[in-house]
Amino acid sequence: MTTGLLELPLNGLHAELGGKFVPFAGYSMPVQYAAGVMAEHLWTREKAGLFDVSHMGQVRLPLDQASALERIAPIEVAGLAEGRQRYGFLTNEAGGLVDDFMIARYADCFVIVINAARRAEDLALFEKHLTGFEVITDRALLALQGPLAESALARLLTDVATLRFMDVRRLTWQGSELWLSRSGYTGEDGFEISVPVAVCDAFARALLAMDEVAPIGLGARDSLRMEAGLPLYGNDLSETISPVEAGLSWGISKSRRPDGAKAGGYLGAEVIASHLAGEAARKRIGLVPEGRAPMRGGVPLFLSETSQTQIGEITSGGFSPSLGHPIAMALVQSDTDADAPIWGELRGKRHPMRQVDLPFFKTSYKR
Amino acid sequence: MRFTEEHEWLLVDGDLVVVGITEHAATQLGDVVFVELPELETAAAKGDEVVVIESVKAASDILAPLDGEIVEVNDALVDNPSLVNDDPTGEAWFFKMKVDDLSAVDAYMTEDEYKDFIGE
Repeated sequence: MTTGLLELPLNGLHAELGGKFVPFAGYSMPVQYAAGVMAEHLWTREKAGLFDVSHMGQVRLPLDQASALERIAPIEVAGLAEGRQRYGFLTNEAGGLVDDFMIARYADCFVIVINAARRAEDLALFEKHLTGFEVITDRALLALQGPLAESALARLLTDVATLRFMDVRRLTWQGSELWLSRSGYTGEDGFEISVPVAVCDAFARALLAMDEVAPIGLGARDSLRMEAGLPLYGNDLSETISPVEAGLSWGISKSRRPDGAKAGGYLGAEVIASHLAGEAARKRIGLVPEGRAPMRGGVPLFLSETSQTQIGEITSGGFSPSLGHPIAMALVQSDTDADAPIWGELRGKRHPMRQVDLPFFKTSYKR
Repeated sequence: MRFTEEHEWLLVDGDLVVVGITEHAATQLGDVVFVELPELETAAAKGDEVVVIESVKAASDILAPLDGEIVEVNDALVDNPSLVNDDPTGEAWFFKMKVDDLSAVDAYMTEDEYKDFIGE
């Protein structure tokens, strides 16, 4: 293929497993395998699904860069304990989101995992504000997610059961150092595992050899994260949406809030402080369409069947395999009554939806 | 059975034409989760979007393959969209048309031509 797309280190394995490839963030990635999106989704909720997320950027950051990173992210970095991971985001001067990320603290460095589609923007920000960071190019990133993830992984790596949600640890498998975090993007318990490229094929095959582990493509990854109410950069998050509007206020560390010990001091802090004080123009909500038609990103929203005033739009939506009906997340005006029915316009027709709390599907993190 | 480049199959049944999508199309679409059928007695011109199919991945349309009138639709697909994946060339027909010119069906591909078209 001469598509100009990058290949994942496990490309050959995906092809062997019957993966159907699509372009995503510059990579050729398996959107599904032979089982299909629906079966892969349900498998992950019942057993253990193996995802290749090697397209995501892994960046090593020296420990002395903690306060430098705090200038571009409204999170507590210096206080992150060794062996722990935290969710965070990079902001711009307008208080919008440049990207969201995970940061793990190990004994000798931080490791940040960033979105593939935002790599250029993130690295530009890092170049400007950080020194000594290094993009890791010799590691793949896998995720094992689902209720049987722990017991499956424990057969290859003892001790994984002692990790709690958002713990990170380095463990050795057949002489290679793996970096594990107990986290993921499905709403299930599970792990993300950074594996040296040289052994990632063997490691993935060792997992896939287990009866309860199946490969899962990007399609199910998307429906799983939607059910878990997790926003995706490029759909629900963008440079013109603040973390408060995106429903991510919880991710702004206490110490970085207006009344905190290290208040402000990051890009867009004033705008974000005003949004925290109630001045955000928009909010992210969950919606369940009353009918069976999936309502996807871009569908305009109204307060009635006839209103000409658009109050927002769907940012992510589709069919929920676990619930058996469509679900959607949307960005709407913040003064929208939480009980108001919402109408989405699809193919020229208005369809009613009801607002629901996120997540749609109960998460089962092992806290 | 005849086949269109849009991966529909056409079957002449008396003076009606039955329309569905091919197994190849169903596989490409993935799990079908929603089907919107046309109103009965709708006049359709060749190329009109008459059916909406949504899979877990995306929305797509079925185009009217011929000029005519929609006289029957398969309501079973509305309640059970996954029939499209289970039996695309049988139970999961979408609609029946009364067409102006039945011989126009013959302009479409034969099964062998369609197999060549999709590279099988």
